[in-house]
Amino acid sequence: MALNKELTATAAVAQLRSGMTVGIGGWGPRRKPMALVREMLRSGLKDLTVVSYGGPDVGMLCAAGKVKKLIFPFVTLDAIPLEPYYRKARESGAIEVMELDEGMFEWGLRAAGMRLSFLPTRVGLATDVLAKHPQIKTITSPYADGEVYVAMPALKLDAALLHVNESDRLGNTLVRGADTFFDHLFARAADRCYVSTEVLHDKLALDADTAKLNPFERYLVTGVVHAPCGAHPTYFGPNYGWDMDHFKRYNASATEENGWQKYLDEFVNGGEAEYLTKVGGAERVGKLKLPVF
Amino acid sequence: MTETTQVTLAELLIVAASETWRDNGEVLASGITTIPRLGASLAKLTHSPELLMTDSEAFLVSEPVPLGPRGDYKPKYEGYMSFDRVFECVWGGKRHVMIGPTQIDRWGQTNLSVIGDYAKPKSAMLGVRGLPGNSINHINSLFVPNHGPRVFVAGEVDMVSGVGYNPKRWGEGMKQDYLDLRLIVTDLCVLDFGGPQHAIRVKSLHPGVSFEQVQAATGFPLLKADNLGETPLPTAEQLAIIQRLDPHNFRGAVLKNNPPALKAA
Repeated sequence: MALNKELTATAAVAQLRSGMTVGIGGWGPRRKPMALVREMLRSGLKDLTVVSYGGPDVGMLCAAGKVKKLIFPFVTLDAIPLEPYYRKARESGAIEVMELDEGMFEWGLRAAGMRLSFLPTRVGLATDVLAKHPQIKTITSPYADGEVYVAMPALKLDAALLHVNESDRLGNTLVRGADTFFDHLFARAADRCYVSTEVLHDKLALDADTAKLNPFERYLVTGVVHAPCGAHPTYFGPNYGWDMDHFKRYNASATEENGWQKYLDEFVNGGEAEYLTKVGGAERVGKLKLPVF
Repeated sequence: MTETTQVTLAELLIVAASETWRDNGEVLASGITTIPRLGASLAKLTHSPELLMTDSEAFLVSEPVPLGPRGDYKPKYEGYMSFDRVFECVWGGKRHVMIGPTQIDRWGQTNLSVIGDYAKPKSAMLGVRGLPGNSINHINSLFVPNHGPRVFVAGEVDMVSGVGYNPKRWGEGMKQDYLDLRLIVTDLCVLDFGGPQHAIRVKSLHPGVSFEQVQAATGFPLLKADNLGETPLPTAEQLAIIQRLDPHNFRGAVLKNNPPALKAA
């Protein structure tokens, strides 16, 4: 078969356009496609609508001025609860927001994946989520109950970015974390889905138990990027834990003069190979302890 | 015999928090952050073994997992509970969560999003997270480690994230039946929603705290429960369980200066 979807991170990000709506998989500081995010930081992309259960992906894209609008239920680094660059962007009024309940957000992705305009839910009623976002409407049940629901609009994505444990060149993927969150819904909600992967195979040949770790079909995958340690500094089970030293450094940069520029110069601007060297190499990343909750 | 002078306020709060999960039946007990989590764990190990709990990541466990590094301890898995399944559990109503919001108002509405103007907030926190869905679907309790008028605000919270008993927020046809706010455990007292129209009442005062002191630290008028009493101190058995669940004493870092439950005479 001639299906080879492998491409470089640079080539993947070159397929994105300013003004696009981009979904980013993972959850807070867990399972984030950070190698692809760093490539976005190195690119000329701007005016993005970012759709994310937010962590450092959102903070860094905000710091770099790439975000026009953020669609999100939270932004956090967990052990450092308040994401410093998200806060700066939010408090200065630099970004538009569509702030959603975690489940409404899931519903929006599901609606998009099923090619529906909305899905009904009670979640959001009687809160400021609706009051602050009048574009989110309610709908009355056509049945005898007559109940009023939120009509959660579809969150259609131009592109989704995900990081997976294994993939082949055809776009078959395997995910192995204790919780792999809602990455499959991002893949379904997007016109184009780019996955970065710890391990790249020519062609997966699996036993039945391992095949169950396949979260979504390869026809959803546009491109595959080989990016070992590509979720660093986030937690990527079972391969490596989050890098608290790095998060502390990143967090501290937000209160230093030109801190973001210094962070970019030290870690990002030199490219991904240099990044990995700067953070201690694959050997150190592979030894980062999985978090105990 | 319990050395009551050495019992900390944090330990008293854990016991008070555990009471909110009594007689809930088979539901998922979620205590978010140290004291609520220890409260849920204590409930499961004492009066309410029927509760379901997770390892705070993705697995159901038959025995509450101790906090922090576990040494040789192996979690006793009994099932799976990813975030995907937590949402399904939430929407089906089989959960009781205790969380610590930034603001709470007289209607029990909560805020975890922003302080100040929504477009250009004075302080941006986490976002609404799961509060809208939790509060409209299943039982909720609240934890406040710093009872004061900045938490218990005079008007409505700045960004209503979790719903409450404010009639103005509920339009015709919106189903309010599953809203069920139980206890608020603070560093001064335990409150409930047992007053007229679910008004907030002081249910018990922690040792050495007066009703007037609580009222002065609250931005809206409080009621006294008919049987207003003193929050009980932990028993020796409860203290032993708490110590086993929290061997690294994370509970000692929750309240400023880790005060004792009984102030020195």
